[in-house]
Amino acid sequence: MELTSHNLKSNVKDALGNAQLQKALSNVPKGFIDKRAKAAAALDEFEALRDKGREIKDHTLANLDLYLQAYEQKVIENGGHVHWAKTAEDARRIALEICQKHNAKTVTKGKSMITEEVELNEHLLENGIEPVETDLGEYIIQLRNEKPSHIIAPAIHLNQGQIEEDFRRVHTHLEDDRDMSEPETLLAEAREVLRKRYFEADVGFTGANFLVAETGSSVIVTNEGNGDLTQTLGKVHVVMASIEKVVPTLADCSQILRILARSATGQDMSVYTTFSTGPKREKDPDGPDEYHVILLDNGRSDMLGTEFEEMLRCIRCGACINHCPVYHSIGGHAYGSIYPGPMGSVLTPSLAGVEKAGTLPNASTFCGRCESVCPMRIPLPKMMRHWREREFEQHLQPKAARYGLALWAYFAKRPKLYRALVSFAMPALSLLGGTSKRISSLPLASGWTKHRELPAPEGRTFMQAWAQREALKQEAK
Amino acid sequence: MSENNNPKVGLFVTCLVDLFRPNVGFSAVELLEAAGCDVDVPRAQTCCGQPAYNSGDKADTKEIAKQVLDAFSDFDFVVAPSGSCAAMIKKHYPEVFEDEPEMQAKFKALSEKTYELVSFLTDVMFITQSPGAFSGSVTYHDSCSGLRELGVKEQPRKLLKNMDGVEIREMNDSEVCCGFGGTFCVKYSDISNAMVSKKTQNIDDTGADMLLAGDMGCLMNMAGKLKRQGSKTQVRHVAEVLAGKLDGKPISGE
Ligand code: SF4
Repeated sequence: MELTSHNLKSNVKDALGNAQLQKALSNVPKGFIDKRAKAAAALDEFEALRDKGREIKDHTLANLDLYLQAYEQKVIENGGHVHWAKTAEDARRIALEICQKHNAKTVTKGKSMITEEVELNEHLLENGIEPVETDLGEYIIQLRNEKPSHIIAPAIHLNQGQIEEDFRRVHTHLEDDRDMSEPETLLAEAREVLRKRYFEADVGFTGANFLVAETGSSVIVTNEGNGDLTQTLGKVHVVMASIEKVVPTLADCSQILRILARSATGQDMSVYTTFSTGPKREKDPDGPDEYHVILLDNGRSDMLGTEFEEMLRCIRCGACINHCPVYHSIGGHAYGSIYPGPMGSVLTPSLAGVEKAGTLPNASTFCGRCESVCPMRIPLPKMMRHWREREFEQHLQPKAARYGLALWAYFAKRPKLYRALVSFAMPALSLLGGTSKRISSLPLASGWTKHRELPAPEGRTFMQAWAQREALKQEAK
Repeated sequence: MSENNNPKVGLFVTCLVDLFRPNVGFSAVELLEAAGCDVDVPRAQTCCGQPAYNSGDKADTKEIAKQVLDAFSDFDFVVAPSGSCAAMIKKHYPEVFEDEPEMQAKFKALSEKTYELVSFLTDVMFITQSPGAFSGSVTYHDSCSGLRELGVKEQPRKLLKNMDGVEIREMNDSEVCCGFGGTFCVKYSDISNAMVSKKTQNIDDTGADMLLAGDMGCLMNMAGKLKRQGSKTQVRHVAEVLAGKLDGKPISGE
């Protein structure tokens, strides 16, 4: 997908003016926030598990090379293949080669953000292979030729009526007068349509929530069971996952699983948690003939050892997005990158470069709600600030903002001069407010006065008034 | 300075209180004095440095932080009528000096004696009763830094409840950001506007006479929006109500 983060402001305008989107977004907080809060409150050890999760991932990241090697070895022992992809392009190429080797015409896909990151679908299509998304949300946006607007709820920007329209447009073989008024009927219809496709598919792609070094397993969690069908019905199962998904042991994996679904949707566990460990063995009743893992780096190893390393703890639960008031206002597409919300505002500059995506870490009030719910305790605001530091060092901020800041800092560092200036300026500004004590427009402050009044200052500054109080006190003595 | 055993409190006025609502500063002074503190206000203060810090300008942040450190070295406590400025000094200054262990130690000491005003009154001075008198209905917005970085939530409510005649009407989503965010509100004014519009809706829905919070930035943002929408809700810093200093102009203007 073409990164449009640099157009954030115009993306935001479009999003705010889009009534359908705003209606869909109004459901986001309701759908997630209370459920997570209840799930977290119901588990005594929830906070302790967050600490544990952080510990597990920090340890893994400190020894990432070792665990990746161990994982690779296990996969090979199990009869699978491991491919290392340094870049998105590498990952696409490897995936295509596997498909072509098997003469694949269609491939099914479980929900996977990594295949979105590397734009696998586009690449397969260009090469004559049809990808079929099997997750309901992904299926819907595929019909609409859109990108996901949320990492766990890709079609959350849509209302039911829009989805009904799409289904009627595409599923022309079904009766016109069918009832599609309930979400369940939409799900059932998608299932029905997709069932056939599973059997036609030559290759099944999934992502991974975890890669377990101890066993060589890849783990996915879903609520629809589509991932299971994707990976067992095709002749070939390809897992595409990024390198930081590895955890040392099954025990580590299950610790983190306990906070993943609770943070994401408020469920104790997702409906399906599926472990796949290599191709079909001799006595297995089903399973793929071949099992491949494509391990994507795409900039992640460059984050190791930097102030952004902690971002690699992310388990893609979406809690930070669900709780973000900026996301609630503009939705996922406006961010102009595949990863939206707070996690995207930290990750996207790492993957695409801060010069291209520097707007994202700036579009935050640092309200801290994301960090307060992140199961892996990732200090998201702090890392967004680190991006701003990089921007500042590289002089990437707009000139007006830079000069404005420099001028302000000049005075802020010189208290006497600052006093002289504000003692003069504030009474003047106060006069401008007139008796109503508010200012409706002010040059240089239009960002403020476009949407709000500026409360006029009282007049004298506190410091002036305080000095007078102290002087009077002295006199009285 | 003081010949008694009263704690010596240095008031960190905050730039917005200094410039826009000195009445809030004097309310803070009254509250602190009523709680038995000797209060002084060092002249050499301007701002806590958040505009620089949040713009990625670490060098200026450091200089401003050092200025604050020097200005407040003689006090037992540093108190600010703002959650975000207090959190800047308490939580972020030590972080900024992570690469200078010696300086960091000094900032950790400063951190330990720095508090947000209302939580200082309740948690350190063990105040349960405030000196002011006010009757009417109020709704309270939890500013982000105070809430999430300093744990300010029940303290102001406790003091307000103990005032005769004050009725607290909680708004929906009182813990959700109002959209101020320092320079964010001018850099991304459209997003900020969407956020503050939800906030003012929640405020209006309570029907309360007055909106209170503990941070001037958020208050000016919400007051400015309420005014633009023609709302009659008065907007004040919680310190003004607790001190009963309601003669000054409300932040919402007239
Ligand atoms: S940053 Fe934290 S809250 Fe956000 S998706 Fe990742 S793990 Fe979840």
